[in-house]
Parts: sequence; structure tokens; C-alpha cells
Amino acid sequence: MLKTVTFSVFRYDPEKDKKPYYKDYKVELRRPGMMVLDGLNQIRWEQDGTLAYRRSCREGVCGSDGLNINGVNMLACITHIEDLKDPIVVQPLPSMPVIKDLVVDFTDFYKKYYLVKPYLITKTPPPSDRERLQSPEDRKKLDGLYECILCACCSTSCPSFWADPDYLGPAALLKAWRFIADTRDEGADERLEIINDRDGAWRCHTILNCVEACPKQLNPTEAIAELKKTIIHRKF
Amino acid sequence: MAIRHKHDVVIVGSGLAGLRAAVEAAGRCDVALVSKVFPTRSHSGAAQGGIAASLGNEEPDSWEWHMFDTVKGGDYLTDQDAAEVLARDAPRAIYELEHMGVPFNRNPDGTIAQRAFGGHTRNFGEAPVKRACYAADRTGRVILDTLYGQSVQKGIRVYPELSVMDLVVTDGAVRGVVAYEWATGELHLFHAKAVLVATGGFGKVFKTTSNCFANTGDGAHMVFRHGFPLQDMEFIQFHPTGIYGLGVLISEAARGEGGILRNRDGERFMERYAPTIKDLAARDVVSRAIMSEVREGRGIGGRDFVHLDLTHLGKDRLEERLSDISSFVRIYLGIDPATQPIPVQPTCHYMMGGIPTDVDGRVLDAAGNPVPGLYAAGECACVSVHGANRLGCNSLLDLVVFGRRTGRRILEDVSDLSFTEAGGEALEACRERIGRLKERRSGERAARLRQRMQQEMMEHCGVYRTARGLEKALGLIRGLQEECRTRLVLDYKGDRYNTDLMEALELESLLGLAEVMLLAAQKRTESRGAHYREDFPERDDAAWLCHSLVYRDGDRVRYATRPVSITRFQPKPRVY
Repeated sequence: MLKTVTFSVFRYDPEKDKKPYYKDYKVELRRPGMMVLDGLNQIRWEQDGTLAYRRSCREGVCGSDGLNINGVNMLACITHIEDLKDPIVVQPLPSMPVIKDLVVDFTDFYKKYYLVKPYLITKTPPPSDRERLQSPEDRKKLDGLYECILCACCSTSCPSFWADPDYLGPAALLKAWRFIADTRDEGADERLEIINDRDGAWRCHTILNCVEACPKQLNPTEAIAELKKTIIHRKF
Repeated sequence: MAIRHKHDVVIVGSGLAGLRAAVEAAGRCDVALVSKVFPTRSHSGAAQGGIAASLGNEEPDSWEWHMFDTVKGGDYLTDQDAAEVLARDAPRAIYELEHMGVPFNRNPDGTIAQRAFGGHTRNFGEAPVKRACYAADRTGRVILDTLYGQSVQKGIRVYPELSVMDLVVTDGAVRGVVAYEWATGELHLFHAKAVLVATGGFGKVFKTTSNCFANTGDGAHMVFRHGFPLQDMEFIQFHPTGIYGLGVLISEAARGEGGILRNRDGERFMERYAPTIKDLAARDVVSRAIMSEVREGRGIGGRDFVHLDLTHLGKDRLEERLSDISSFVRIYLGIDPATQPIPVQPTCHYMMGGIPTDVDGRVLDAAGNPVPGLYAAGECACVSVHGANRLGCNSLLDLVVFGRRTGRRILEDVSDLSFTEAGGEALEACRERIGRLKERRSGERAARLRQRMQQEMMEHCGVYRTARGLEKALGLIRGLQEECRTRLVLDYKGDRYNTDLMEALELESLLGLAEVMLLAAQKRTESRGAHYREDFPERDDAAWLCHSLVYRDGDRVRYATRPVSITRFQPKPRVY
């Protein structure tokens, strides 16, 4: 007999369910190192095809399968079942509207990402026939910033993000700092104007949930602190 | 009812090829991107190791060497006019990406850093050359983020999480698509003057693959269903270093940085198979070498894998240049690559074949004429720059070079193309197709049928092939197609994010493409690049220096060939 664990999965189909409920499934541990996504696939493919969740690359790069697992936001595809307490409670990312079961609507999250202008802004034209130069030290300033995969684990773990519907949130603010910290970028002024707002960097109360939630080990709180420092330095 | 849209250009797929074309065409005509996944979730983002260009930042390099390597890597099936476009345009394409903001790693002098990669050499094969530009081992992801940022800046309209189900074709011209929206279950009819198919690969045909769940070839199969050909479908790349048992990729950059493959005796066996460039030989060569070691009992512990040894590289170098894959290894295998070797086996990685196009992305019909209004770019297309085997780092390059060229060509053509009012029939056909699937009360789940297909294709259409195995697999695939038509059942019949329906539709694409692969592999009675026939182990230029075409003609499937473009390099025996 294979060892099994219980997945207690959040279910909600707004077309027919009056309210959400949890359904328990037994997942067999068929090989060492199975991930939560493997467990969800086993349920969908063999027991209950009505369950909906997003997934794509299954290697922690595309950012599709951020979920709340035993109370913490993480990517299902790189979270080991064996590291989790049984039963494993699987819920959608908090604070986002549910489309069905574990699938949430990212519209608001993406809107905030667009607001910080997530692209290099330059005024000086680049050389016509070669790359701009950037020292390895300057390039290193982007490490820990450029690796964000937009999974929303950070923003949807943030109580300020839950409470203030207009707060940009850690993911968007980390992205803003990724560009401001880039020596090639000349858009700091226009970005900081947006961020220097009660719904921008100042809404962060250093609760640090985002740091714990980030599956790529990034530190949005630190990036937000850098944004605050830069705003203040520019004032005086 | 359906939601109707009208855009000059509809681009299906929002990976690098689709995004690059969109960024090129936007502003001068009305462009819409329609994609099964949100753009930054596209599988281009999983590309790790780098993007090739003869910048010569670290050592002398030239586009002719790059072109030669591409042609030789493709075992001379590469169209040389296309390979010349690719290699010549590569430096410009890299500078452009840098200007857009891609955070490439840098040299002390501030130029873009480069590293060695399989099959890329100096002076026509003498020794490995540093040609791969990279951002750690996240090169695809950073280019995807950058191009998506460009599309945000340009305000390009994106329709995320819609699967395209059919083309609207009138009088032989393509004038739109029908798409299904996953969040709501609604059908959309898009009228367009031009449609670009950029839906990527279809590695999900196989059991062991580096590909994501979304790589099911919906676009390629849709084009095939309309009677347009697919080219060189027998050429399927198995990447040598997938994590054992999972298929998750360990980038070739690991060997580019000095990693070594070893068998059960600890021997660096690639010295026997490729004496000059050893572990950095082309992927098909290395994958066959691994399988040979395994067959001859020299796999680790006599089993079906070998070791990738990175222990001599040191912790710092692994952290700086291979940090994502080091963390993959820790996460998936629980081992530290700085102290322990990694168990690896070949994993299905890339489709060299696909929808035939010219160097400007125009889709060619079976007679070799452009199809009005239809374009293709990226992995789903076959230009053919990769021939019988693609070199690492040439794929990201292909996407941005030919994505841009296709965008430009569409801009040129769009004034001569027109909208149609048609599409009602295609829409109704899609509605009926979904209705039929939802009506059935009992039968077999898509997952079961898919697993049988994946197992069979792995066994008989993988690194080694034989006439008998291919025949057997073809029988099974056709049986599964029949089961798919008559027995496939959905658990969920609702309209909200129906992933049950998604997997059923995807299975139809996968089975259709599997059949084409098997037919093309059966016909080609030689071994070339990634296509290795145990019953025909030699390359046969006299009979087979040609592309294959498979296309539907009414109820029949036809096979044809097309000559290869040879401009600078005459075919020679391929040794590394």
C-alpha cells in the first residue's frame, strides 16, 4: 500500500455554488519528491476533472500556480508534499476574486504592475551599432530584483494590500525599483511621482509577509525601503 | 452568440515570437495578441542558457562561423539562405534587446558577457567559441519580461487566456480566428486581415519532456487541419540533460561553463563520441551518446541515466551563472550540485519542424506559394534555420529575428489584404465541437488517453526509431484518435475555467501532430540529425537531402518533399 495524504481543496463554482466549500481528496505518494502540483494533477486526472487550477511550466518559472497552501502563499510546482503537515489545505491566493476553485482574477494585480511603467525609460539615444555599456557592479544592483515572475504570492500575502484596494503592493513596487536601480534607466522621476503617494511606497508597513512568501527568495520590503529612501533624498 | 472583434492583425501566442512581431507592427496598424496563457507565462520564459550572436566580445567570432555551425548542427537540412539571415542579423538583434532593457550579464569592460554553448565553434569547427549572451540562467525569462514591457508601453491589446480553435478561411485566404475564453466559456470571433500563428512547440506529445503543460501545438494542428502542410515533423530534439525521471531541463550552459558528462565508471565518455569538442557536441550527438552508454550497461548503476558533473566548478560560479538550475537540482533532487553529480537523461525539448514559412514568416502551401493572410513564427514554424537539429541558443535568436521580420512583412502586406464578414460557419463548428464533448455521459478521461500516447511516442518515436516501432505506434495513435472521437468524456460541463475541456481540445491537437511525426519518421529511411533510424543508420544525401511535407487533402494524408537551400556550405560528414 502506498502512503497517502489528504488534500483539503477549496472549491467554488459561482455558476452553481451558493458559497465556497472544501473537498477532501486522498493523494498517493508514488515517488519521492512529489510536489503539491503533482498531487493536484493526480486529483484532476484520476479522481475529479471538475477541479480548476492554473499551471504551466511546472518548474517555478512561469508563475502560474501561486496558491495558499497550509496558510502560506507558495508555488505548487516547487513545494514538496512531504514537507507539509497532513491534511494539506489548498486555497486560492487570498484577496483576489475567484473565477473558479483555485483560479483567481489577476486583473487588479496586473493593473498595478502597469502603473509603475514596467519598461526601460530612456532619453539618451543608445549607440546605433552596439550595446550600451554597463559595469558588472552596476549590473549586480539588479540581482534580487529582475527575477520576479509575477506570481502574486507577495502582494496577496500583504495585509496592507488586502486592506487598501489602491495600494500598488510589493510586486509592483519591486518592479519599479528594478528599473530605477538600473543605471541605463532615465525614468526615475516619472515613476517616483506615482510611487510617492499614500497608496504607493508609503502604504508599506514593513510587515514582511512578502519576503516570506516570495518563492524566488526576493526581498520586496527592502526594495520598498530603497524607494522611500530615494524619495526622501530627492526632497532634501 | 459570440463576441466579435475586428483588428488588422491577430497574433496567436504571446511568447517571444508573437510579442516581437506585435511590437514591430504596433503603432502602424491595429494589433491584437490572443494567447492561451497570460504573456509572461509563455514557455519562452523557461529558456535558460542564452541567445547566440557573434558579437566577439570575449574572443574573435564571425557571422559566417555562426552560420556554418547552424548548418552543420542541422546536419545540412538547414536552409542556408535562412541561416544566413539568422546569423547576420544576430548582433543587431542582441543590441536591440539590450537597448530595450534586457539585463544581460556583463564583462569588466561593460560589454555583454558571452559563454560557450554546444555546437558553437570558431573557424568552422576548430574549438568551442563564446557566442551565447545570457542573463544568468534566466535568459528567456528576462527577454520575455522585456518584450512584454515593450508591448505594455505601446498599449498593445492583449486577450489573455483565450484558446484559438479555428481559422476563418475564405477563398484560400486566412481572415480571422475563432477563440474560446477560459474564464467565461464564451466564443469570440476575430476578424483580421492577417493572422500570425506563434503558438510554440508541442513537446507534450512525449512522456519525458522539458516542455510546459501549455505546449500542445494547438496552432500547428489548426493549420494542418485546413490542409496546409507541416514540414520536417520527424525532427524532434531530445535535450541530453533532463533531470532523471522528471524531464525538467538542466541548461546546456552547465556544460558551456565546464560541466562534464560521466558514465558509471566515472569516464568522460563524450571524448569517445566527439573528440574535438566533447561535451559541447550538438544535442542529438550527445543524446545518442548517453543512450548508447545506457544500452551498453554503462548507465549509473546499470540504469537508464548518466551523471552531469559540476562539482569542479565551485559554489561561487554555480551561484553567479547557474543559480536557477542549481536551485532546481536542490528542489527536485535534494542534492547540492557543488558537491554531488546530477542524474540526467535525454528529454524531449524542441520541434525543428512545423508550419513551413519563407524568411519573412509567410506560410507556404504544399506547392510552395504563400497563403494570403497567414503567417507563422517561432517554434511552431519551420523556416528552416534548425534543419535536422537545432543548436542551443539559436531558438531565442530565431524568435526575435524572425518575429521581427514577420511583423515587418505583415505591415507591408496589410494594405493589400482585406476584412471579411464570413466566419459564422467556423464559429458554429467550434460550438458544435464543444457541445459534442460536453454531451457525452460516459467514457474515458483525456488524461488516460494522453498518457497512453505519451508512453508510446517515447518508446517508438524518441532518440532511436525503427520501421516496426513506428508502425506499431502509428496503429496505437490512430486507435487513440478514434477513442478520442467516440469515447472522450468530461467530468465538468460548465463554462467557468473548464480545464477539463482545455485538456480534451489539447489532446486532439497532440494526437493529430503525433500521427504526422510518425508518418514523416516512417518515410525518411535514413538517419540525419535528431532523426535516427536503427534500420537505416547512415545519412543518405542522394535520396534524402530534402525537407518533408505532410498535409491533408480531403480525407487523405499526403506526403511530399521539397529541396533544401544550399548556398555556401556543401554537405560534409558531420563529426565534432
